[in-house]
Amino acid sequence: MSDASPRPVPGQVPVLRLGDVLLVTLQGDLHDSTAQQLQQDLAETISRTGVRGVLIDISGVEIVDSFLGRVLAEIAAQAKLLAARTVVAGMRPAVAITLVELGLTLPGLSTALSTEAGMRLLTQHSPVPGAGGPRQESP
Amino acid sequence: MPEHEADGQLATPTHEVRDFLHRRREQIAQRWADEPLFRTVFTVSRDEAVEAGKAVVDALAQVADSDRVEDPDAAGFSGVREQLARMGAARSRAGLSNTQVSSELAALRPPVENMLAADLEQAPPEHLRACSTTLTVLMGTLRLVAMQTALSEWQALSDRQRMQLLEVATPVIRLWDGIVAVPLIGTLDSARSQVVMETLLNAVVDQHARFAILDITGVPTVDSLVAQHLMKTVAAARLMGAECIVSGIRPAIAQTMVHLGLDLDVLTRASLSDALGYALHQLGADIVNPGAGQR
Amino acid sequence: MHTAAGVEACLPIRSDMDLVWVRQHVRQAAALLGFGLVEQTKLITAASELARNTLVHGGGGQMEATRVSSGGAQGLRLSFSDEGPGIADLDLALSDGYTSGGGLGMGLSGARRLVHEFDIDSTPGAGTTVRVTCWVAQPPRPREEA
Repeated sequence: MSDASPRPVPGQVPVLRLGDVLLVTLQGDLHDSTAQQLQQDLAETISRTGVRGVLIDISGVEIVDSFLGRVLAEIAAQAKLLAARTVVAGMRPAVAITLVELGLTLPGLSTALSTEAGMRLLTQHSPVPGAGGPRQESP
Repeated sequence: MPEHEADGQLATPTHEVRDFLHRRREQIAQRWADEPLFRTVFTVSRDEAVEAGKAVVDALAQVADSDRVEDPDAAGFSGVREQLARMGAARSRAGLSNTQVSSELAALRPPVENMLAADLEQAPPEHLRACSTTLTVLMGTLRLVAMQTALSEWQALSDRQRMQLLEVATPVIRLWDGIVAVPLIGTLDSARSQVVMETLLNAVVDQHARFAILDITGVPTVDSLVAQHLMKTVAAARLMGAECIVSGIRPAIAQTMVHLGLDLDVLTRASLSDALGYALHQLGADIVNPGAGQR
Repeated sequence: MHTAAGVEACLPIRSDMDLVWVRQHVRQAAALLGFGLVEQTKLITAASELARNTLVHGGGGQMEATRVSSGGAQGLRLSFSDEGPGIADLDLALSDGYTSGGGLGMGLSGARRLVHEFDIDSTPGAGTTVRVTCWVAQPPRPREEA
């Protein structure tokens, strides 16, 4: 795997606006401070722009520990207060298995297989079945 | 004084055995080449068996030289470990039990001991006894090394086979565009549940599957551990953005689960076809029954 | 035999930058030892949780990585030690949901579920050492069901 990964530097995560949605792409090994910075930035950007959705692509993330898990959950919770939906897309199987074993099922988080699927979720109005948290299904 | 002189000439038993092994290398190897352990394994030629025998004699001499006759980890053995493993494996393949292989190994000692006794005929009896004991210990250690090696080979083989079996037992079937299923058959233990989870989740990624169906029709019992594993798989799939449906819960299992107080917070369907129907419906493809009343 | 160089190391844990180094080292060591992807991910995540504990609760410390072997199996042992306040009630600290640092309370108990062996040694006032071990080249075996 990434044997010769570049020297990690605390940095900023780029936040891209696509119409009504903010697209955030997380990559590699994230610093705690970078993740916290992102959380703050997102809150500000959502309230400034009034977007309706936040799409976080984590397909490039190799591990999610309880710290990053908490940051993701808090981003979703604060976005909800600002009337925006959050979808986390592209979690790798190994990461998902580890999170579940760790005891973090992140029930409040909506998820999607890919950024495309996440985008569809966010641009459709009604919540689409098949992704995200537990719910009561109709008979 | 003659006694004193004789004492001075006597080597320590370990070194006496070492010198004996060096001296009788050829004869011991020739003698061993006729033992089933060598004869049936090295079948190309008798010379091959003799060479293999010499390698073992050399290893024994080296171990004796380092004064570690009781130590199966002695450096001298490392050169023949692979050969011993090969011999053990060949005998196992021939249908011998571990005990039988062990007694074939034990059978290597008596001829060597006779040779030692003949060589030391003139030596004081207590010296012969001491040397004989050393040889017995050394041959015992060799036997231990051989059994250890065989056992670890066997363990590795059984681990490999177990892994293969786990993979074979977990086929993932693509039922429809965006729908995959795993029919589970047999007992689910922890190890197998982990393989199932990994295989299913990888298929979800590869097939871009929105729905993953775990069919447990063929699972005889669901205890709390199995239920816990099912829950974990469902939770992991959910984190990835897919929905997991558990199908094929037989009435008896449903009863057990209620008895155990297991409330699976998951989507369940009675049969695989019901689960497929549900998933298709969610994907926007409804199946219309042409003949009413037909299944 | 693998070179011990890529596996064995002693890394300081003094800042959140060091957490990244810890994760990178564990990833490299686990890959060198031949851990599968899922096991690697579990190990790195466990290391991340424990290193953060060392930093946040222990006031900093170090991680020592060593290669271990037993009966033909190879493994990686990670030892996290600090000289912080220690843990007064281990049972409580190891229970799900218990938190003293504002996290989700999954650090210790969660990390324990991600590894094969878990040892904790803590003296109030003197510090804490957590030692975890994971084994490779074996079929997955039942974990301790906590």
